[in-house]
Amino acid sequence: MEYFIKLFLSGTAKGSIYALMALGYTMVYGIIQLINFAHGEIYMIGGFTALIMGGFFYSQGMPMGWVLVLSILLAMFYSAAFGYTVEKIAYKPLREKPRLSALISAMGMSIILQNTVLLAQTEKFLPFPSYLPEFSWLLPYKEYINSTQFIILVTSTLIMILLTLIIKFTRMGKAMRATAQDMHMAQLVGVDVDQVISVTFILGSALAAIGGVLICSYMGQINYYVGFIAGIKAFVAAVLGGIGSIPGAVLGSFVLGWTESFGTGYISSDYEDAFAFIILIVILLIKPDGLLGRTQKQKV
Amino acid sequence: MKVQTILTEIKKSLTVAIWFIILFFPIMVMKVSVSRGVAQIQFRWNLILPIGVAGFVLSFIWRHALVWNESHGSAKKGDGAAMSSSSLTRRSSNVSVNPFSRSVGALLLLVFAAAFPFLFGMYHTNVMITAFIYVILGLGLNIVVGLGGLLNLGYAAFFGVGAYTYGLIWKYVGPSFVAAGFDPGWLFWISLPVAGVVAMLFGVLLSLPVLRLRGDYLAIITLAFGEIFHMVMQNSSDLTGGATGISLIPRPWFFGQKLAPGDAATYIYFIALVLVIITIFVVRRIEDSRVGRALEAMREDQIACQSMGVDLVKNKLITFALGAFWAGLAGVLMAAQTTYINPDSFTLSESMIMLMSVVVGGTGSIPGVIAGAMILKLLPEYFRMLAQYRMLIYGIAMVLIIIFKSDGLIPRKRKQYTFEAKETAK
Repeated sequence: MEYFIKLFLSGTAKGSIYALMALGYTMVYGIIQLINFAHGEIYMIGGFTALIMGGFFYSQGMPMGWVLVLSILLAMFYSAAFGYTVEKIAYKPLREKPRLSALISAMGMSIILQNTVLLAQTEKFLPFPSYLPEFSWLLPYKEYINSTQFIILVTSTLIMILLTLIIKFTRMGKAMRATAQDMHMAQLVGVDVDQVISVTFILGSALAAIGGVLICSYMGQINYYVGFIAGIKAFVAAVLGGIGSIPGAVLGSFVLGWTESFGTGYISSDYEDAFAFIILIVILLIKPDGLLGRTQKQKV
Repeated sequence: MKVQTILTEIKKSLTVAIWFIILFFPIMVMKVSVSRGVAQIQFRWNLILPIGVAGFVLSFIWRHALVWNESHGSAKKGDGAAMSSSSLTRRSSNVSVNPFSRSVGALLLLVFAAAFPFLFGMYHTNVMITAFIYVILGLGLNIVVGLGGLLNLGYAAFFGVGAYTYGLIWKYVGPSFVAAGFDPGWLFWISLPVAGVVAMLFGVLLSLPVLRLRGDYLAIITLAFGEIFHMVMQNSSDLTGGATGISLIPRPWFFGQKLAPGDAATYIYFIALVLVIITIFVVRRIEDSRVGRALEAMREDQIACQSMGVDLVKNKLITFALGAFWAGLAGVLMAAQTTYINPDSFTLSESMIMLMSVVVGGTGSIPGVIAGAMILKLLPEYFRMLAQYRMLIYGIAMVLIIIFKSDGLIPRKRKQYTFEAKETAK
């Protein structure tokens, strides 16, 4: 039972990180129907920025708390900036073109971003210093959960609540939902679609940055390629829940996190990544539109 | 007025330049290195100016290129719409002029292709074989993506199935085969059709679960299939050799001769060339067949197609099976060329390169896909002098091509059926 709870909690922590990234995928997909293959790279850039900025502030002798806050804020800023710029360069000119073109453009962008970081920084794995504090009051429960996992859980829950509030109750959130339903119709009633898409990319990328910082602290290392496989996993999570649906992305991420955690804990750790894909296939077999995806009516 | 526009241009470019400097500051200017758990930052201030200048110049070029591309593209579109009736007759006459010059062109190309290994030596021959393998892969994937309109992100798995079929036949049947006194090179010729069929079976196996899925759900399932294949190959070390793979795979049989490496390359080159020609021929025939037309109808609209009496289930099975078949052949060829296979040749990035070659060349267009596969495989080979900048330039080229020629380098021509008699009567 103890082992079960431990696995459950670590799966939940993992799932909530996936959720931070999957939200970006699902938001972008909901609005422009694009599988944003460069999203994983945005997350990697967030992690790198936090490492660089954190290292800089730390070497200037700043107190640890400030280093943490500043480096996360800057990571969010830079991820958002990259997300915004990538959309303007690589996706906007292709908005009216066949969807496959934008997909290829996204793959190209992913290669560009990876190699920019590879060339400008290093190809080696860098140890990622843990900026996250240790809570002494969590020590009695250390069989079940450690401080990093706890912080991951709390942060991502707060952020998801915040995102839901933004989407449900702000003017921009309303515009986003309208654009997701029907872009041309939204344009007709006066929604500035370009702005909505930019905001979507900025929000999604900022979330990915938080995910990047959290998961890099959790794993303890980073290199230019970490974004790719994590991005694919988060995308799997988004599809699992029904792509385009925000609660779906969260639920899908948790299902994915638990599957991986229980799969590696009870079956075999060799196939950690395979469990994600197997659960995806099983769920899509039963529910072809994902867990919470709406069945779309097709018209001819 | 003129000065005004120049000023606004400069202002725009300056904004972009400043934005680029801010954007790339942490990644480009601050270089991080970690020693004993502490990150150290080294500032490279000299990079700021180049980033700014590049941002300034590039944004200027970019804006004008986009505008130019827009006007260029829309002019062509308007052209087509305005002269829809007259262009019909023109296009049909176009086709009737072409055959002679086209066959001469094809013949010249064939002569050049045949002379290639003798003109350029072993290194270039080997590079060309790889390109040919990707041409076969591209054409096979084009059946799935271009004809059937089903996005496949796990195509490398079928390629891997082909290669591993040959590898495993060699590993398990090979010893007794050789002991029975046969030349191991025969295994290549046996494996070629077997691998094609095995890959086809895998194609059918994959398409069974995806029959109900649409669009991107299908893409992600094929991706999952590809990744699972990669992981199974990686982890089943007792069966397939795991991450170390299978080595010393024999080259194809050539009248019992043991060929020198250079000659062997030439020989495989010709096998690849013949396979490419067969592939082109068969794929063209498929396009014009009943099945091909059903697939095209399926791509355009699945529901409409179904209501016209086309069996969607059967068609999807056929699409995946046909696509997988060519990947299987290409896999055997690849195993024979490198004589060594391991799971890392069949990853998601490989699938992405295959998909890129189809889309960059022109989805659905056979000459386009050939051009795309050649470019995608040859560019990085001949860009080796650029060393570490190779992949960066590769990515940039991809994005540029797709933005400025979003239908691909040689776009698919829609088949047009004309009623010339009526046209002239009018």
